[in-house]
Amino acid sequence: MKPAPFGYADPTSLDEALTLLTEDGAKVLAGGQSLLPLLSMRLASPATLVDINRIPGLDSVVVTPSGDGAGVRVGALVRHVELLHHAEAAQVQPLLARATSNVAHPAIRNRGTTVGSIAHADPSGEMTSVLALTGGSVTVATPAGSSAVGWADFFVGPLETSVHGPAVVTEAFFPALPPRTGTAFEEVSRRKGDYAVCGAGVTVTLDEDSRVTSARASYISVGLVPEVHDLTDAVVGQSVDSADWTAAGALARTLVDPDGDLHASADYRRLLVGVLTERTLARAAQEAQNR
Amino acid sequence: MTTKLMGEPVRRREDLRLITGRGRYTDDIGHGAAAAAFVRSPYAHARILGIDVDAALDVEGVIAIYTYEDLVGPMAEPLPVLIPHPQLTAPRTGFPLARDVVQHVGEAVVMVVATDRYVAEDVCDRITVSYEELPVVVGVDAARAAAHAVHEDVPDNVAARHHQETGDVEAALAASARTLSFTQYIERSACMPMEGKGVHAVWNHDDSSLRVHTSTQASTSVRAAIAAKLQLSLEKVEVIAPDVGGGFGVKIVHPWPEELLVPMAAIALGQPVHWAEDRREHFISSAHEREQRQEITVGYDDEGRVTALDVRAWHDNGAYTPYGIIVPIVTATQLVGPYAVPVYRVRIDSVYTNTVIVTPYRGAGRPQGCYAMERTMDRIAQDLGLDRAEVRRRNLIQPDQFPYDHHLTFQDGRPVIYDSGNYEGLLDKLVALVGWDRAEERRAEAASRGKQLGIGMAMYVEGTGPGPYEGGHVQVLGSGKVLVSTGLTSQGQGHETAFAQIVAHELGVPIEDVEVTTGDTRRFGYAVGTFASRAAVMSGNAIALAARGVRAKALRIAADVLEADVDDLEIDEGLVQVKGTPGASIPLRTVAVLSNPLRYAFDEAARQATQFAGPGDDSKPPVAVGDAPGLEHVDYYSPIRSTFASGAHAAVVEIDPTTWEIDVVDYAVVHDCGNIINPMIVEGQVHGGVAQGVGGALYERMAYDGDGQLQNASFMDFLMPYASEVPDVVIDHQETPSPLNPLGLKGAGEAGVIPGTACIASAIEDAVGRRIAAMPISPTELYDLVRNPDAERVPAAPTGVPA
Amino acid sequence: MIVSTERTISVTVNGVPRETTVPARRLLSDALRHDLQLTGTHVGCEHGVCGACTVLVDGTPVRSCLVLAVQVDGKAVTTVEGLARDDGRGGEILHPVQEAFRECHALQCGFCTPGFLMTMAAGLEARDRSTDITEDEVDEIVGGNLCRCTGYANIKKACRHAAGLMKEAAE
Repeated sequence: MKPAPFGYADPTSLDEALTLLTEDGAKVLAGGQSLLPLLSMRLASPATLVDINRIPGLDSVVVTPSGDGAGVRVGALVRHVELLHHAEAAQVQPLLARATSNVAHPAIRNRGTTVGSIAHADPSGEMTSVLALTGGSVTVATPAGSSAVGWADFFVGPLETSVHGPAVVTEAFFPALPPRTGTAFEEVSRRKGDYAVCGAGVTVTLDEDSRVTSARASYISVGLVPEVHDLTDAVVGQSVDSADWTAAGALARTLVDPDGDLHASADYRRLLVGVLTERTLARAAQEAQNR
Repeated sequence: MTTKLMGEPVRRREDLRLITGRGRYTDDIGHGAAAAAFVRSPYAHARILGIDVDAALDVEGVIAIYTYEDLVGPMAEPLPVLIPHPQLTAPRTGFPLARDVVQHVGEAVVMVVATDRYVAEDVCDRITVSYEELPVVVGVDAARAAAHAVHEDVPDNVAARHHQETGDVEAALAASARTLSFTQYIERSACMPMEGKGVHAVWNHDDSSLRVHTSTQASTSVRAAIAAKLQLSLEKVEVIAPDVGGGFGVKIVHPWPEELLVPMAAIALGQPVHWAEDRREHFISSAHEREQRQEITVGYDDEGRVTALDVRAWHDNGAYTPYGIIVPIVTATQLVGPYAVPVYRVRIDSVYTNTVIVTPYRGAGRPQGCYAMERTMDRIAQDLGLDRAEVRRRNLIQPDQFPYDHHLTFQDGRPVIYDSGNYEGLLDKLVALVGWDRAEERRAEAASRGKQLGIGMAMYVEGTGPGPYEGGHVQVLGSGKVLVSTGLTSQGQGHETAFAQIVAHELGVPIEDVEVTTGDTRRFGYAVGTFASRAAVMSGNAIALAARGVRAKALRIAADVLEADVDDLEIDEGLVQVKGTPGASIPLRTVAVLSNPLRYAFDEAARQATQFAGPGDDSKPPVAVGDAPGLEHVDYYSPIRSTFASGAHAAVVEIDPTTWEIDVVDYAVVHDCGNIINPMIVEGQVHGGVAQGVGGALYERMAYDGDGQLQNASFMDFLMPYASEVPDVVIDHQETPSPLNPLGLKGAGEAGVIPGTACIASAIEDAVGRRIAAMPISPTELYDLVRNPDAERVPAAPTGVPA
Repeated sequence: MIVSTERTISVTVNGVPRETTVPARRLLSDALRHDLQLTGTHVGCEHGVCGACTVLVDGTPVRSCLVLAVQVDGKAVTTVEGLARDDGRGGEILHPVQEAFRECHALQCGFCTPGFLMTMAAGLEARDRSTDITEDEVDEIVGGNLCRCTGYANIKKACRHAAGLMKEAAE
């Protein structure tokens, strides 16, 4: 289990990186926590690794609490651990820290990057679903310039994004949580820190009378790409204290199309979608009252 | 007075080097050696049509490429059947490199040697092996159906039919007031030590000798195997097991192909060669264990006393049988556990499949046997509406029945005669420790929190310390240092500490003066190996006997010098002294010097032993007839038969009836391994065993698909527990000494893992009220079970309520 | 811009500046073990799950099998060999986590131990030493490494014990 040979470059500017990435078989290396195992197992053998860790300006978390562009901008070199402990970011978009606490174990979170896990487009990754649920986008830099790509256009399939050719995902943008909105995130995994058998992130929005106006969910390890499911119909107009979250869970079960694997049958995943939906919506609704 | 050492939690002497990064594991040895890597079969069953190495030859750094064609003499013959048995009628083993047919994914086909491991893997990538795929057999049921044969010349896939019986079981069943029959499965797991295997070989051209470091549990036997296979004289081969990063059984198998091929290459190339097994290799080419199908029929009376037991089982031995049928024998003979079973018949077919070989993993067939017997006890209790503890109690062998002869033949060819035990004592302690009698109360409390609580227990008897022998060498140097060696190896059990405790105690020396070496054939050439919880029993007693020999000689010499009677002498803190006469003493180190009459003085100590140093007795030769120079002694311990440790475990589980997640909330262990040398080490063994038991019950399985591909060959998908998955364990001890050996010891290494599957299955069944007939079980499987309308419902029997 | 297949890197390892030339693909774990001959860092899985290879890069625990050696150029790496301090008299003063592992029998074969020690040392040094450690903290600190021998009970005990030693030392 040793990587096949590759060339290595660690450019100090984005332009250099993009030039290097025009070569055939060049691949971006950021945190490397998903890529290195693939290299060591020789399931991937890029010709060149373009290590972006020395490029300045990609390591910041920019929090805009309100107004235009309200939300959290996460640079390509921001490690999971930073988001986990970023109080300001958690204030504006609580799902970030909540989801990140479920990412693997501390040593992985110290090195792995949030943007990298999004660019990796693993449907069992937490941050892909969070990007979707928050209606986020990524900034993709190419030799032709930078552009924002919405989450729905970005994720194409398991481990596959719409980005082709030389490109670096330089940033992920998670919009701020709207007012009167609460969130919750929960996973069931076989071992703590494993990829989730099933996970759920949800948002619930209430009106001034604490009645539900929106309930949305996105799931981990369910489906080939992240999806956002609108569960509002099951609970719309219901009071936060008496809302039928079970009905929302039941609705969610009908909306998802999970696969089975070694650790869970499709049916079991569907069961968990319902259970986790019910649990998380109830918690998110409680939280929404206080925001 | 010397500090008390036996039975004390002496801190380990191994630890300092291991916590400072100064341990020496096989992969740490031999900087700069050439690296080996292997091309392994990607198919579970295939005929090799050709091997094309042309594209690999020009890789910079390639040193050599070997295929079967390059093997000569005994190397070209099949690997040994290590443990032949009359009932193993169709033994099959592979070749060091596959000859024509590969029988499992991962079987070695080509060995590459290159400048480093990275390059060696590059070379492997460029070698093309063409195969013709053959039909694949996976799982005991497919093997038994024998639609296809694993080995062409074994059409029924049966390697062995193991059969033992103690009477006419059919008559006994017919005469039983009640009978019940059921079938259950247990799946595969594996030892999975944190360190994979590894071999480092150096050929010394100048004196035609070979030194091999290997991560093994049996260095003396690896040495013999290498000598035989490579046609070397035994004294020209040294094998050393350095620090070994866990074994749990997988490293008792030998010679692994790599243990022969790496030395072969080192000799051929005239340069050191090294191989470190990576994790993927370990999954697909090192041994697994556990898989069985068990069909059980039990007869019993209206009080729940067993009158007859008939077990028919199929054991998956994988593609080959290098380790014989030890696992099924152990299952067969340990199954009855602590119970008096008047008539018992067991028939186990050991069958071939196109999967990795199956050889002992900690417990070595006992977890399967325990699972059969203990689930039988549960079923009897359920059938009669009795408390499960009570049914067990009624069947236990009583303290006055020892030695208890089961009339079975154990894995060592010796009778299964339990030497000593107090099983009722174990049960009493367990019931108290886990709060068995409060189970219904706890169940109600958990229900109020929306959880389904269940409790289960399982008891076991474990034959430990089988022969044929181990030896020990103890030598006192003129410096006062005491050298101790034994041939068996260590994989983290703390032998250096435990054996030093024994020697310090027996010899009366400070433990700091004692140095212990294990598993190094340069120091001790005769040994069997570390398996079957035998190190403390076998080497512990051998070393004790060797130390007693040294002590006797020391006293004899000191008695001469001190002009005292041997019986009046004692050794304390390294000083031989006349009891009750302060000042009349001689340091043991001086006795060591005097024990070796010298002509030449090379230091101050030696001077005391030279021929003009003092008045000698001219009437006797300097070394008496029949005596030998030096204060040292070698002795061996060879037991008449195994000793039998025992224990009882209980688990309390809570199940979330919305997600079907299973949480082991309490785990209690009562453990009897006879006299204890070091309770800290024993408890550590229990903790580790329980973690593996929980892993085996709830998390770990080898998931082969129908094509014989192992689908979870990584730590991502083979779910060894982290700390978060292992419950806290409470332990109580009972010490029933073995009458068979001088120290009264029974083994402790494997016990912790044995009842895990049985007692956790029992607890889950108790929680959900559905029959658990296949283990391990995961939440997704439990969900399938509880929503299946055809799933067997378990009759509710009160727990902890006396009948 | 240079694409290299080999690099000479300068790394401060256990406080000592080291320079070594490595292929681009060399994993940090292998560079430490084979190029710098610091074999205390162990390789258990090479896919980032077991944690045996955990070392500190600029003080932060990372899996050395999931980092390329070329990526630590200019950085400081601490391995288990650098955990004890020199006592100035040719001896060493063990780190509290090392003391605790020995005292609590938190190791058996010792293969996973360096990874636990590095993770635990960093985890305990990062926390507020004036407070008693909580069970949640213990679980977080020991939760990401695999051990096959000990069953973890004594590793958790060692974590508590080491936290106690560090609290005492801070008082």
